[in-house]
Amino acid sequence: MRISSVKELDELRREIQDSRDPDRPRITVCGGTGCSATGCKGVAGMLRVGLKSRELEGRVDLSVTGCHGFCECGPIVIVYPQGIFYQRVTPEDVDEIITETIEHGKPVERLLYRDPVTGEKKIHETDIPFYQKQMRLTIGNNTAIDPASISDYLATGGYSALAKVLYGMAPEAVIEEIKRSGLRGRGGGGFPTGVKWESTRNAPGDIKYVICNADEGDPGAYMDRSILEGNPHSVLEGMIIGAYAIGSHEGYVYVRNEYPLAVANTATAIQQARELGLLGEDILGSGFSFDIRINRGGGAFVCGESTALMASLEGKPGEPRAKYIHTSEKGLWDMPSNLNNVETWANVPLIINRGSQWYSRIGTESSKGTKVFSLVGKINNTGLVEVPMGITLREIIFDIGGGIPGGRRLKAVQTGGPSGGCIPEALIDLPVDYERLAEVGSMMGSGGMIVMDENTCMVDIARYFTSFLQEESCGKCVPCREGLFRLGEILTDITQGRGRMEDLPIIEDLSEMLKDASLCGLGTTAANPVMSTLNYFRDEYVAHIRDGKCPAGVCRELIAFRIDREKCTGCGVCMKNCPSGAITGEKKQTHVLNTERCTKCGICYDSCRFDAVKKE
Amino acid sequence: MRKKNQTTFEGSRVDPIIDKYNAEQGSLISILQDIQAEYRYLPREALEHVARRLNIPVVQAFGVATFFRAFTLEPRGRQLIHVCMGTACHVRGSQNVLEEVERKLEIKAGGTTPDGEYTLETVNCVGACALGPVVIRNEEYLSHMTPTKVSGLLKKV
Repeated sequence: MRISSVKELDELRREIQDSRDPDRPRITVCGGTGCSATGCKGVAGMLRVGLKSRELEGRVDLSVTGCHGFCECGPIVIVYPQGIFYQRVTPEDVDEIITETIEHGKPVERLLYRDPVTGEKKIHETDIPFYQKQMRLTIGNNTAIDPASISDYLATGGYSALAKVLYGMAPEAVIEEIKRSGLRGRGGGGFPTGVKWESTRNAPGDIKYVICNADEGDPGAYMDRSILEGNPHSVLEGMIIGAYAIGSHEGYVYVRNEYPLAVANTATAIQQARELGLLGEDILGSGFSFDIRINRGGGAFVCGESTALMASLEGKPGEPRAKYIHTSEKGLWDMPSNLNNVETWANVPLIINRGSQWYSRIGTESSKGTKVFSLVGKINNTGLVEVPMGITLREIIFDIGGGIPGGRRLKAVQTGGPSGGCIPEALIDLPVDYERLAEVGSMMGSGGMIVMDENTCMVDIARYFTSFLQEESCGKCVPCREGLFRLGEILTDITQGRGRMEDLPIIEDLSEMLKDASLCGLGTTAANPVMSTLNYFRDEYVAHIRDGKCPAGVCRELIAFRIDREKCTGCGVCMKNCPSGAITGEKKQTHVLNTERCTKCGICYDSCRFDAVKKE
Repeated sequence: MRKKNQTTFEGSRVDPIIDKYNAEQGSLISILQDIQAEYRYLPREALEHVARRLNIPVVQAFGVATFFRAFTLEPRGRQLIHVCMGTACHVRGSQNVLEEVERKLEIKAGGTTPDGEYTLETVNCVGACALGPVVIRNEEYLSHMTPTKVSGLLKKV
């Protein structure tokens, strides 16, 4: 069926909505990556079997949705109409859920979320502290939508922004609206989206491209994955609106091949949109035509950079070029091209539907709207969070994230991926927006937020990012290729106890050089992790160099393991697990660790249940 | 240029894949991905054939095949073990997990066991950061890995 007018679209939407009874029981199982790894498929399978065997099949809906965000507590199951939120559900729990909740309308107490502070059981998602401070504008619908169903998207008002634009707004008016909203690029740079659209629109040429950057390469970030996997139509709708505003008829989604579900769900969504006439020729009968293709990335971090991504789309190695001429003038195949990332595109329908005024009221002076972060690392509530700009790091880490596990102390928060920096605990009351993060030596980036505690070594983190970037540097420009190599050598020396105090000024020099002389964003920002750690944690560098100690107990060459005679029970677990045969001892006798043979792999430390292995 | 004695692969076997993408230059990466999915690596003859069909220099096909880390010119093992080295996994100890896998399989990252069973590779973040450290065995995500969990994982396969 092809829809060829707004009237038909509205009719279809009403039809779908009318066919749905809000009181009808519905079970949604989170099918995001986190819940998949913890076994949501088994849970969904059991639910299907259970509903069938009790002859409830036609009376209870079951859908597997995109990521709900609270990955720590997966697999997550929500039962409607009550909206009862179950966590860590196993296939064995399914029978009880059907009996108690579906048949008798009562919650299964033991599967509810328990507040770790008050001990109180929470029934609804909205009662859980993890969700309370969030503002889930772009990822919130994930819980309501089966990503493989365009009807679900239409039922929640999908493609109404597109209809509004095609039939009520001139392209210039759309650009004006996006400019007024204050939306800035969510991929990292924070360039004003409306301005970018305008320059692509104004660039001379008939053929123009619209590209969605879904090559989410920042380690520690998976927001775009969850949006594309969970709500692909919201991204497509944003792109179609953008294409209309810019005057483009051809678009690309460049998505990481490491995200097979995102590729599959986007492909399905494109197909469905085409069939309904929301993509392709004469969209909604408006005369405007636009189509989208998917290209899968080849696993190169640098392809997140716009010119490298475009080179890769042309079937060439993903090397960036100097941007004397912007991609808005000469991009893909030398035509004007507009590239935005997944989250940016997903914001567009929201702004069109609710207006730029509404949108620009959220956030701070310079940073409007919400931002999705992946809150990971040493944090109790790992998961995806969407918060209004301007919220403080403290609120994210402690109110939403529930603090640091094991009562350990927060040391730093890393934002912005390999281009960002480490923000120390002292700055935790910093409001999160583009400018504030940049002022303290980090950046917004695409939204990775990696929490580090006292057991994280900041020199090791600097070395980690440098070696990551060294590996991912495309090698085209000398400053990045050679500068990162030297920086990596020096940092490795320091973490292995061969550092010299005179290395520190060399690190600073190299960092300045990288920033000033590199060709693309990968190189110019590459020193941020190093500079920010050297800036805020200089004493840790000095401890490595001068005292030959790693205060966090991470750098192997600088630590030693020993067995505490008082605590060792002689259980033999460490001895059995030790890969180098460094531990000896009789059963039930205190064991001994031979430091000569020890490779410091830490397996004994991890496996001892009596806290008898000491690291110093 | 070509060593005659090692040719066993007919380049034209990949024609259906090339045709699916209308032999378009811009689809080079997609074509190579599909070929690799089929053969578990990129045979030299396939690359040469693709270059001919797409009307691009052979060096461009090899350039792309060696630039992107997803591609390999060597046959991979029947089972793929990926250890995620993303930041979230790193701060939770992925290095120790990797080393334990290396010890157990007696190969280094990037290598394949002599019996052709396992290939071990590292990956810079698979976007499953809440589950770190993550190991991906074939397509299965294994969460919260520790060195002690590793031996069980490899035996089970």
